[in-house]
Order: sequence, then C-alpha cells, then structure tokens
Amino acid sequence: MVRERETPKQQQQVSYTVEQLVAVNPYNPDILPDLENYVNEQVSSQTYSLDANLCLLRLYQFEPERMSTQIVARILVKALMAMPAPDFSLCLFLIPERVQMEEQFKTLIVLSHYLETGRFRQFWDEAAKNCHIVEAVPGFEQAIQTYAIHVLSLTYQKIPRPVLAEAINIEGLSLDKFLEHQAANSGWILEKGHGRGQLIVLPRNEFNHPELKKIAADSVPLEHITRIFPILG
Amino acid sequence: MAANYDYDEAPATYDDANRQELGYDPNFVPDSVKSFVVHLYRHIREKNVYEIHQMYEISFQKLSDRLFKDTPWPSVDAVAHYVDNDQVFCLLYREMWFRHLYARLSPTLKQRIDSWDNYCSLFQVVLHRVVNMQLPNQWLWDMVDEFVYQFQSFCQYRAKMKNKTEQEIALLRQFDQAWNVYGVLNYLQAFVEKSNIIQILEQEKEGIEQFTATDGYDYSGGSNVLKVLGYFSMVGLLRVHCLLGDYQTGLKCLLSIDINQQGVYTSVIGSHITTIYHYGFASLMMRRYVKAIREFNKMLLYIYKTKQYHQKSPQYEQILKKNEQMYALLAICLSLCPQTKLVEETVNSQLREKYGEKMARMQRYDDEAFAIYDELFSYACPKFITPSAPSFEEPLVNYNQDAYRLQLKLFLYEVKQQQLLSGVRTFLKVYSTISLGKLANYMEVDEPTLRTILFSYKHKTHAVDSDGKIISNADVDFYIDDDMIHVVESKPVKRFGDYFLRQIVKLEGVINDMDRIRLE
Repeated sequence: MVRERETPKQQQQVSYTVEQLVAVNPYNPDILPDLENYVNEQVSSQTYSLDANLCLLRLYQFEPERMSTQIVARILVKALMAMPAPDFSLCLFLIPERVQMEEQFKTLIVLSHYLETGRFRQFWDEAAKNCHIVEAVPGFEQAIQTYAIHVLSLTYQKIPRPVLAEAINIEGLSLDKFLEHQAANSGWILEKGHGRGQLIVLPRNEFNHPELKKIAADSVPLEHITRIFPILG
Repeated sequence: MAANYDYDEAPATYDDANRQELGYDPNFVPDSVKSFVVHLYRHIREKNVYEIHQMYEISFQKLSDRLFKDTPWPSVDAVAHYVDNDQVFCLLYREMWFRHLYARLSPTLKQRIDSWDNYCSLFQVVLHRVVNMQLPNQWLWDMVDEFVYQFQSFCQYRAKMKNKTEQEIALLRQFDQAWNVYGVLNYLQAFVEKSNIIQILEQEKEGIEQFTATDGYDYSGGSNVLKVLGYFSMVGLLRVHCLLGDYQTGLKCLLSIDINQQGVYTSVIGSHITTIYHYGFASLMMRRYVKAIREFNKMLLYIYKTKQYHQKSPQYEQILKKNEQMYALLAICLSLCPQTKLVEETVNSQLREKYGEKMARMQRYDDEAFAIYDELFSYACPKFITPSAPSFEEPLVNYNQDAYRLQLKLFLYEVKQQQLLSGVRTFLKVYSTISLGKLANYMEVDEPTLRTILFSYKHKTHAVDSDGKIISNADVDFYIDDDMIHVVESKPVKRFGDYFLRQIVKLEGVINDMDRIRLE
C-alpha cells in the first residue's frame, strides 16, 4: 500500500493530535487506527510514546479481533529500546498469553531476558540470528548500546576494553573510533591497563563513585524551619 | 438508558407466583422501612449531611441485619409513593438495594444487568442535571467502589461460560452493553472531566479554590456530589487499570492526588485503603519496590492504630482483609528489595510474626521459594479481569483465570530473574574488596557469568522512577575498578536537621512549662 509521504509539518500535527486523544479520550475504539499509525510513526521517525502504545494495547485487550501482531511486535521492540525503563514488561502485562506464545514474541521475550540479566554477549548473538525483527526498527542497535553503557556506568569506574566491546558489540577499528568519539564528547578517558590492554575510565556518577552520593536526606525543607520562627523570633 | 423494572411492574398474579418462588414479598414494606425512607428522603431534601450519614451507615445496617439477613429490601416500587415518587431518591434507593443484594445474596444475571441500568440512570442524572444534594463522602465513595466491584464481579461471572444456561447466554447476547468495559471507563472518566476536579485540585494549591479544607463539602449552598464523585473516580480508574494489568496508566490517573498528604481520599477509611493498596501494588509491578514499601508501611501503621474505631462498621471485614493482603505484599517487596530502615517497629514485628519464616525461605530462591512467592501473590493480588466480550462458540470454556494467570506468570518471571542476586548480596556483605576471579570461585561460576550477575544486580537495584531518574534501591552496593570489586557500605544517614528542630521545639515547651509554674 502506497502511503503519501507527509511533510514534516504534517507529521508533527498528527502526533500532537494523537497525544491529545490519548490524554482526553483514551477509552474510545474509534482511535485505534490513529494509534496504529502512530506506532509506525514512532518507528520511522525514531520517537517514542509509552502512553499511546499502552492505550493501543488496552484497546486490543478490549477487542482482540482487531489486534495486529505486527504492530504489537513493533511496540515491544520500541519498549525494549527504552531500557532500563520497565516498559517491555508493562506492555507484556497487556498482551494475552496465547499471543506471547508466538515465535516472534518468544524471541523478543528472550532478548529482553538477556538484557535484564546483563547477558550482553548472548543478546547480540540472538539479535544477529533474528535481524529481520530488529532491523525493522531504526535506531535499535544504538538504543541497546546506550542501555549497555548505562549499566556499565553503574558498575564500573574503570572497565577493560574486552568487557566493553562485548557489551556494546563493537570491535577492532570501529571500537577505536567509537572510543575516540566518547573521549571527545562524553568525558571518557582511555588508559593503558597494566599489561593487559586498554582500560576505559567511565565518567563519574553517584553509582560508580559512592562518595558523590548527595546527602540529600539531611536537607531540611523551608516549611519545617518556618514552624519554629515563632520560637526563634 | 431507562431502568428496567421488568419483574416489578408485572401483574398481581405474577407477583403471587413470584412470591412463592422468591420466598418473600418484594412489595411488603415493614413500618421501620417506611420510616427509614421517609426520614432519609427528608434529610436529603434538607441537606442534613450528618443525619444522612447516620441513617446510611448505621440505620441501614441495623435494618438489614434485623429484617433482611438473606432477603432483598422491599422493591423500589413499593416504597416510591412514600417519597413523592422522587426519581433521584428512587435511583439512590435502588443503588443501596443492589449493593445489599450483592453483599448478602447472589445476584442473577438479570439483576446484574438491572443494576448496571440503575447506575447509568443515576450517573446520567449527576452528570447532566443540576443536582442539589449534599451526600456524605462515605456514600459517594461506596457508589464508585461498588460500581467498580460490580464490574469486576460481572467480568468474572461472564468469563465462566461453561455452565451457562441457554437463557443466560441469550441475555448476555442481548444486553451486550451491560458492564461493557468502555462504558465503565467512560463513566469514571466523565466524572473526572465534568467535575473539573483536576483543575480544582490544582487551583487549591494556589489558594484559589477550597476543596480539601472542607472535605469536599460545599458550604456555599451548592452540591458536593459531582465534585466528590469526580475525585473518587480517579481512585476508581486506578483500580480498574490495575484489574486490566495497566499499572502505568493506573498510577497516572492518580497523579492529582498527593498521597503524602491528607486529602479527601483519607476522609473515608475504605477510600484510603483502596488508594494505597492499589498504588502499592502498581508500584510493585513496576519494580518501584521502595515506593511500595514506604506506602504499605504507612498504611499498615495507620490501620494498626485506628482499626479499633471501625469495629462496628460494615467495612470492618474488608479493612482486615486488605490489611492482611498488604502484609503479604510488603513481605514480597522486602524479599525482592531488602531494606533496613523503611519499616516502622510495630509493622515490622507484625510482619515477622506473619511472614518471618516465609520471607527467610523466599530469599533462598529455590523451588520452595517460588511456591511461596506464588502463594503470597495469589492471595494478595487484585481480581484481574478479561475485559473483552466472551466467545459464544462451542465449546464454551471458563476463562476467568486467564488474566490472573498471566499477571502471576510475568511476576514469577521477574522473581526468577532476580534469583542469583541474593547470593551476590550475601558475599558483598562480607567483603570490602574482592577480585572478580575470587568471587567467581566462591560462587562457583566463571568470570563472564559473574559479570552478568553483577550487571543484573546493578540493573535490578537501580529503578527508574516516574520522572525517568535512576534511583538506587540497593542496601548493599559496589563498584568495579578493572577487576577489583569494591563494596560500598550504605551508612545510615544521621538526620541532624530533624533532630535539632525537634529539640528546639521540646526546649521551648519545657521553658513554657517552667514559666507557668512560676506564675502560679
């Protein structure tokens, strides 16, 4: 089916209206086609809206005959790309068990499982075997690499090159280029490890550098102080 | 949608036959009931909220216990002429009539459909006409609560297709709009919108509106009905979304209510408990364990302190049931996300008493542990529903457990993913630094596997909150430098600010006392 290519301005108008629909009139079977279009919109323009997708999954729940497994699969891939947010499981809660038993969904669940349990090597292997699923959604690889780096940043102050390579599935010269880019733009520092190759120093945050953890718990809100003004005054 | 008073309008002969069949006379009105409706009608007309509340809470219960233990109240047609055939009063009476029926007896399919019709009529009146009543919050909450409950009950009933009679199937086909999920959600949404409650709550923060300060009541001659129904409908929406398995949207529906403060939702104990129970459950399913623990802790402490005051109330049993369920959910949360400082003494000791042993076994993550997670989840979870219309094709099956089975399966899946984390935690508590190689040895896995376990630990203990920020839930944390694990002890934070504030106030109190003594 040939779809007329919308101008960027038109595209913006469509997504604005859909978001409004979801906010104001979500329990309405008539908006189902709009929501389905919006999923395809999110895929092609590399945007994402969990609320709109949950709204659609709910409508599928109310009227199972109208469910499109292709759309559902795309929603799940987008949700996977939103990790570390739990969006993938939030979507699964709304998808009937018998649908989840289909091959493509079983594969996606396995992929999610690998990412949830930090098994990056197994993830990339499985993704390679199922490139038809993952290549259908642009930006997938980068999104997962971002997630992997997020987990690495929680865990490591200094990470050996092979561990990083495995997690983000980049090797050799491409990895060199990637590291240069990160060093220039994201504050990564490349060190020489003691005889065993490169060590990458990841940016400091409160999760890999506990001393940075803000002692926010001890700040006293102003309203509490105002209560003792009569005493102090 | 007109109310369907089918069996009430039937001719006398049918009534006689009916009476024999029913075992009671729906048209017989005892004097006490006549007196009840006459007085209730007058109080509603005169807006005596206190008297309405007394009659609604106490008199209705007393009469039910005394005269209608296992029969319905008199039909609305029998009492209508005592109350000027007032349409709105009749709708309210019918609402109570059906609620009593559901509580004491088993509703037939026809009665379920009639109840839906009654709600539609009643809600249409409130939404589209100017209603000049002030009703007690308890009643308004009960309306929303019962509405959602009857919806849930209907879905469960409808999903058991296997033993349905021909007549029942015919009725289901004919009245396919009754308790339709779109209808239910749209009524609740309509209340929220028409009442403008979200804007009212916003404006209240800026001091332009008054709502919470008056407990939702209108002291300027207007009506509280639409506003308060709008308010409670937000909790109703949270509940329905939990029943559907959509936790994110459920919590979104509750956004306008600040559960860290008192509000109209705390003015009725049932509403308070329902709100926190579902908020906590939704948070648990979204892996926001710390949030869930905090809220369950507060609620359980509150119930502990105040349940004695509700002993005579018709909600007492429900309060106790929800109390037990929240302890089970708290046990689950603390097993998945151990925390030391979040649970109050009293609550903690109750928890140890009820689930101490089970929690110890849950942390072992063996088959027995999963069985306990299953048991507690199944006991404490909401009664999930399948909202879609049934299939009338042969063979007819019962699918009322499908929704629950899916949520349970996904929950246990999450528990299983956290299986290896418990082992890591034990080791991290013992060491301040340890190499990856050594730890891998002790845990009897190879290094790459250990790395995946550590990544998983970090990911699972660092939740994403509603603003997209990462928050650490880890009671024991670590970081890795090349191949060395450094364990981070989470020090209990000393709250000096709070401490000084309290001491300042205390000292002031002592000085005031001393001053008073001197004067005497």
